[in-house]
Formats: sequence, C-alpha cells, structure tokens
Amino acid sequence: MSTALDLPAKPRDLSGPVGIALLLALAFGLVPLTASDYLFEAILTPFLALALAGLGLNLLTGYAGLLSLGSSAFMAVGAYAAFNLSLRVPGLPLPVSILGAGLVAAAAGLVAGLPSLRLKGFYLAVSTLAAQFFVAWALNRIGWLSNDSPSGVINAPRLVVAGQSFEDARGRYLFSLAIVSFLTFATGRLVNSPTGRNLVAIRDSEVAARIVGVKVARTKLLAFALSCFIVGIAGVLWAFAYLRTVEPAGFNLDRSFQILFIVIIGGLGTLRGAFLGAGFIVVLPLVLSRLGAALLGDSFDSGTLEMVQRIVLGALIVIVLIREPAGLSALLHRTARRLRLSA
Amino acid sequence: MSQSSPRRLQPAPSVTPGPRAKSGETPILAVEKLTLAFGGTVAFEAIDLSVQPGEIHAVIGPNGAGKSSLINAISGLYAPQSGSVSIGEARFTRIPAGRLAALGVARTFQNLALFNGLSVFDNVLSGLAGAQRAGLAAQWLGLPHARREAQVHRERAAEAIARLGIGEVAHRPVGTLPFGVQKRAELARALVARPRLLLLDEPMAGMTATEKAEMSRFIREAREDLGCAIVLIEHDIGVVMRLSDRVTVLDHGRRIAQGTPAEVQADPAVVAAYLGVEGDPESEAA
Repeated sequence: MSTALDLPAKPRDLSGPVGIALLLALAFGLVPLTASDYLFEAILTPFLALALAGLGLNLLTGYAGLLSLGSSAFMAVGAYAAFNLSLRVPGLPLPVSILGAGLVAAAAGLVAGLPSLRLKGFYLAVSTLAAQFFVAWALNRIGWLSNDSPSGVINAPRLVVAGQSFEDARGRYLFSLAIVSFLTFATGRLVNSPTGRNLVAIRDSEVAARIVGVKVARTKLLAFALSCFIVGIAGVLWAFAYLRTVEPAGFNLDRSFQILFIVIIGGLGTLRGAFLGAGFIVVLPLVLSRLGAALLGDSFDSGTLEMVQRIVLGALIVIVLIREPAGLSALLHRTARRLRLSA
Repeated sequence: MSQSSPRRLQPAPSVTPGPRAKSGETPILAVEKLTLAFGGTVAFEAIDLSVQPGEIHAVIGPNGAGKSSLINAISGLYAPQSGSVSIGEARFTRIPAGRLAALGVARTFQNLALFNGLSVFDNVLSGLAGAQRAGLAAQWLGLPHARREAQVHRERAAEAIARLGIGEVAHRPVGTLPFGVQKRAELARALVARPRLLLLDEPMAGMTATEKAEMSRFIREAREDLGCAIVLIEHDIGVVMRLSDRVTVLDHGRRIAQGTPAEVQADPAVVAAYLGVEGDPESEAA
C-alpha cells in the first residue's frame, strides 16, 4: 500500500500473493492428478460448495454483522433457478444460467433483507427464518418450479461448458473449483474496497456509520443481495456438481445451521474462515466414523455416528465460542506467526 | 429505499442570531427553542444556541444538565419535540443523521463509537464514507476514477493520522488501543472529512493533564487549519476557559448563561448553579 507521509507499512499476513498462488497450483494442478474419485465426490466437491456458501454467509454475518438463518433457502433458490433456466431456455450456456441463478437468489435476498432495516440481531435472525420456511413451502407447493416432478426431486442438467464435459468426478471438482476461486477472488476485492469497509462499519457501530455518511439502508440491502448471490451459486454447485439431483428437503434448516457453524468455527469476518470451517465440517464425520469403527467395531453404526457427530459438533461450537471467538482462522494466524518468530 | 424522509423546512434566510452573534454572518449552527423529552422526563427545554463559523463554543453544566442530549439532538440521534436546528442555511426540526456528513457536520462520542474491527487507518478512512463517489462496480473493477478517489482518501487519512500523532499505531485494530489513543483516532475520523461544524462530546474525558493539553492543541489546530466551528462539551473548567470563545451553561435542561468565558465565570447564576457552590470535584482541576 502506498500511503503518503510516514506511516509504517501495513503488515503483511499469510494470505499474500505467494501463498495464494501455491494454494491454487495445488488445487488446480496437483490434486486433480493425484486424488481418487472417492476424494473428489465425498470430500472435495461438497467441501467447495459448502465453503462457497460459508463465504456468502460470512459476507453478511461476519462482515456486515447481519445474522441469517436462511442460507439454505437461498441455496435452494439458486439451485432451482439454475435448473429452471437450463430447462426452459434451450441452448442457454451453463455459465449464463448459473449467473442468472445467482441473480435470482440475490433478488430473493434483497426481499429477505428488508426486515434488516428495522430489526437487529436475534430478531433479524428470526425474520430470516421466514425465508427458510417460505422457500420450502413454495418448492413443495408450486409444481412448476420442479417441472411437476411428483416428489419435487429433479435431475441436474449435464455440466457442459463450451462443448467441454465436466461430468466425471474430477470434472465436477474442477468445475466447482473454478467458480469458487473466482467468487473468492471477487469477494476478496469487495471486502477490501471502501464498500467492504462500510459493511464492517455498520457491524461495529451503526450509529457512527450513519454519522460518517455510510448509506446504511442501501449498504445492508447490498450485503443481503451479494451474500445471497454467492449462496445461491453455492446451491447450484451443491445440487449440480455434488448431489446431481435437486430436492427441497436437502435445503432445510439443518443445512442453514451447518453453514452458520462453518462460519463460526472457521472465523467470522475472514475469507479463509469459510474454507477452514467447511473443511472441518466435511472431514469431521469421516474422522469420527473411522475412529468409531476402530474403537467400537461393528456396534458403531450410522445412527450412532450421526448422534456422536452432533454431540461433538455442538461441544466444539461451544468451545470455539468461548475459547476462540475468532475461529480457526485466528488460531491458524497465531500459529503461523509463532512459527515465523521462532524460525 | 431512501433514508427516512427528512422533515426539512424551507431554508431560513432570516435565522435569528444568538444574543451575542457577530451581526451580518450566518451562524453555522443555530438552535432555536429546542425541546427534548423522553416520556415525561425533560432532557432540555427551549434551548437557544448560535455558533459562528470558526468559533469554539463550549457547553458546560453539571451532570444531567442535558449537554450530551443536546449534541445528540443536534446530530439527529434524538428527535426533539419542538424547536429547530439549522446547519448553515438548511433548517430542520429533526436532522436526519444520515445527512450530517453531507451537511459538513462531524462528531465524536462521549463513550467512543469506533469501528473496533477496523484498524486506526481504516477507521479514519471511513470518516470519508460520505465523500465516496465511486460506485461499487467502479471500486470492484478498479476503474481509474475509483482508484484516484481511493488514493486521495488514503492520503487524507494518513495526513489526519499523522497530525494527531497516532501514525505508529495506524495499522493496529483500534479496539486494542488505550482509551486516550482511541479518543484521538475518533477525532481524526471526524477531522478527515474537513467538517464545517465539529461536535465534540467530552473529548478529554478520563485524560491526564498532559493528554488534555495535547488534545486542546489538536482542537485549536483543527479550528485554525479547517476554519471549522466547534461545539465542545467538557467538564474541566480550566480547559473550557482557555479553549473556548464562548460558553453556554446548562443546568437542569435550561440555559442559565451564555457569553465569553470571563462573563460566564462572573455570572452569579452560574456560580450558584455550578462553579463555586459545593465544588464539583472536576472543576477544581482548573
């Protein structure tokens, strides 16, 4: 940063250009060459979709301080919008239908964000539940949205961009990775812009933000729209690249909480928090099931696993909230700094 | 989605100047018969206050006199029941707080209202939020005018920070800094916008004598460099007497005196209500 006068230079953190380039080289280069289909399908692709949803929610909750419990509703809006765009506009390129899905989710977010102009904190969170229930209701009742499929379950369209198929496990991973990388870069630019600063200003002191001339109402609605744009596209990835089907039940309140937990565990108000949290949430059940099978043998069935998973997750959230409110991101940051100091 | 529409009256060409205002000049701030009550409790009643451009005007009075409420009403955070507030030519019954920056008004808060998650530098930069012209897309794409604006704003923020002597901590999160430094950061955030009118709600509360002297210097410099008028709430009578051009004294929500520091100090009503009798511990610091 080239500020005038004699201010000390802004300290650099981990997320320097070198670190990001290494990470991208790893994700685009090494992983596709070495990973197995199981790794792509069971871990990496859902990780990317959830991380993107976490990124979107973090923009709203972590940066702008507006709590939402309706994330999965906007994932559903994105997924069904992309499905309908692909179905009803023949020949529409996939990237365009995904962009359109993001815009539809953003519009829905704008409407859901209206209460934020009057409500704060807990009350706002409760009002976002309305979106959650309304979307589930609409998807179950309006047959047109799921092309009159009796169960509401629909098959995702084929992932083909410019004649290039991304249908296999590796392709779906790369497809998700490309979108997630771009949107993460885009969000990074946003949060470092003056508008990003305004978001944090509203979070930290709405009164002071108003006094210094931040257009509070407009900025809040913008936060909802941008957040839901990203969450909507995460919904497309979840449905098209990971599950390959779309059903309303997959986007329930549990999913909304899962995304909120990702953000809390990973670190509110940081970009990497969404990735750390999503990685944690995706890997945790696998680790637990291996651990359970090793310790208890056959008596550790899937029902027990799910129960143990919930208990461990709940306990971890309490511990994180008490011991490390800034999440894994802060933990990583401190560890790295300690390593650098001792090196 | 406009902000709640301001109940703006017609510009008042003939704003009644305060009793001692220099004639001929429009006051930058004119408060007329302003009354504020919370439920049945009157915070202040029929307050008149007129501040000329470039004037440092102190508002003093015992605790609970209504000083902070007055500042909050002037900055649109409280809705007065009657009376009006004029900023320059624009006259309001209730100023919309969101328009303060555009009207050239900046303020600080008694108990600080900084953006704790941001660095000192970013806090000061956000003091220019009202001056942002580039839209989100232009910022995001890094279009030339957006980059230019960002650069100019960074330079102004750096200048304000250097001026207040907090350059060393410019990139530290503001919430982690000592109270005195935070007070300075908040003043820098107000000054960076180059306001016409600056409202300071106890800028020196909890400071040592040395810090108070420094803060007084910053306030005086702000007036000299920016030519802005300053409304100052302060408990330390010594500071008030040295710093201000005129003083308004409130007691129990009423104005009991107004004048130069010397006049106010000699006013029997003030002496009775505030200065001498019973001895407010802080007034001894003079």
